[in-house]
Amino acid sequence: MKDYIDSGSKDTRSGFGEAMNELGRSNPDVIALCADLTPSMKLEAFARDYPERFIETGIAEANMICIAAGLTIGGKIPFTATFANFSTGRVYDQIRQSVAYSKKNVKICASHAGVTLGEDGATHQNIEDLGMMKMLPNMTVINPCDFNQTKAATLAVASYEGPVYLRFGRPKVPNFTSSDQKFEIGKALILNEGVDVTIIATGHLVWKSLEACRILEEQGISSEVINIHTIKPLDEEAVLASAGKTGCVVTAEEHQRNGGLGDSIAQLLSRKFPVPVEMVAIDDVFGESGTPEELLEKFGLETIDVVKAVKAVLSRKKT
Amino acid sequence: MPTPEELQKISTQVRRDVIRMVNGAASGHPGGSLGVADFLTVLYFAIMRPDHAQFTMNGKNEDIFFLSNGHVCPAWYSVLARYGFFPLPELGTLRKLGARLQGHPSTMEHLPGIRIASGSLGQGLSVSIGAAIAKKMNGDKHLVYTLCGDGELQEGQNWEALMFAAAKKIDNLIAVIDYNGKQIDGPTEKVLPMGSLRAKFEAFGWEVTDMNGNDIPDILRVLNAVKSMTGKGKPNMIIMHTHMGFGVDFMMDKHEWHGVPPTNEQALNALGQLQETLGDY
Repeated sequence: MKDYIDSGSKDTRSGFGEAMNELGRSNPDVIALCADLTPSMKLEAFARDYPERFIETGIAEANMICIAAGLTIGGKIPFTATFANFSTGRVYDQIRQSVAYSKKNVKICASHAGVTLGEDGATHQNIEDLGMMKMLPNMTVINPCDFNQTKAATLAVASYEGPVYLRFGRPKVPNFTSSDQKFEIGKALILNEGVDVTIIATGHLVWKSLEACRILEEQGISSEVINIHTIKPLDEEAVLASAGKTGCVVTAEEHQRNGGLGDSIAQLLSRKFPVPVEMVAIDDVFGESGTPEELLEKFGLETIDVVKAVKAVLSRKKT
Repeated sequence: MPTPEELQKISTQVRRDVIRMVNGAASGHPGGSLGVADFLTVLYFAIMRPDHAQFTMNGKNEDIFFLSNGHVCPAWYSVLARYGFFPLPELGTLRKLGARLQGHPSTMEHLPGIRIASGSLGQGLSVSIGAAIAKKMNGDKHLVYTLCGDGELQEGQNWEALMFAAAKKIDNLIAVIDYNGKQIDGPTEKVLPMGSLRAKFEAFGWEVTDMNGNDIPDILRVLNAVKSMTGKGKPNMIIMHTHMGFGVDFMMDKHEWHGVPPTNEQALNALGQLQETLGDY
């Protein structure tokens, strides 16, 4: 398989923060709004260097989302920043009416998504956010896989007109995508070509899937690995082409099975090209306190879980 | 600039439109719409006077208005059409399949005059603050107006917005509360008494002015006075005293008319009390 090298683990949220600094320099219409989580969201530099374009709302996320919607009316490009939990469930109706239905150019930027925020526990571990956001018409949903890709995605959404949910995380994870990549919204990335099985992953699970691919290769199984950074709109063509080639699919994500990437892939395949699908995802339970590593293991989101899912789907594959 | 008498004629016609629209749709919210007809008429025809021929979403270099309590949109739609934003006959499409005049205001159908969806309550004040900040950032000296219901203030987001606007000195914003004391379940004083709104707004750091929202000379006087109070470091709030159902005796001050359309017979009765001043749509 193609070799992917971790250039040094970094947190995806820092990719967001770095991109915001660049946007601060390059785009005078970009405004950052934060609800009392500036250090966690890596917006300290932006707040320091562009204070006239940094809006601290205090702990008032509903107000923040609607202020952002109002800012777009004056031609601004607001980026709201808080944890995934407070970026979605807490403000769902505000996003639904004032952003998605009104088709406003708001970028909802959500850190600490999934269980890997760790010790804070289930109250802060939002693992339903992709589902909530992808169900909204007009909403684009993006979940990049590493630091470089999060940075590229943040820059890309600034030049895209329309509501976006951009999801990233807290822990340091391998940084393996190119630092000068061009981020194309809605474009699946084939990281490894294979013939026996397709592994479709998003976010932190992309690296795990590459690791799984390596293990499987040693066992004589050829996996096609696809990084879906854009959950919606889904690159249907790429998914169908790969499923057509391999005849079975495993999905992997740090999210509930209900409403996640796997759910989108299964919907597509069941309509257009039914093949066996296995999903690596959280099985209808809340998260809990623990280290990110412990939690990934407990909730079945490790490399070995991807490997097992591949074995399971291969056993169901029609030959 | 229209005279108070001319404004009165317009608002009376707006009330006729409201009755005919909700009767025609066999659904909608006549009570609050009748109550705010005078205010919206004066705001558009005498205060903001926006450019109806070239409606732009960003509203740069003109005053803009947001309706937070979206359910009173029949009055707003009528004022927008009477002002020239879209053809009058379109008022007859309210709430019909495929209409731009949705049951609550929406931008999806691109109805000129509307800049954001509203209906789910409590969001409009925050949106207005965002638009007001954008105006400041753009060096645009024009104002942002918003109308909220009094019952709507029970939504907590309003108090986030009130706190924020004062703290950040959003002084190019004039918020108006439709203080009719009525909501779906009954008098606001029974549903959830809110105490002194003036004391609350003042404690939150706003300039507060009372206005009789069913008296055109008073609306003109107060809006002009409050306009002159903008740009002084504080957001402005107008407590607009209105009567739900104003202009139609059997609807007046009756919370039951919040969201019920008049029957044909009731509509005839109501129209008999509202002179056709400018011609029905």
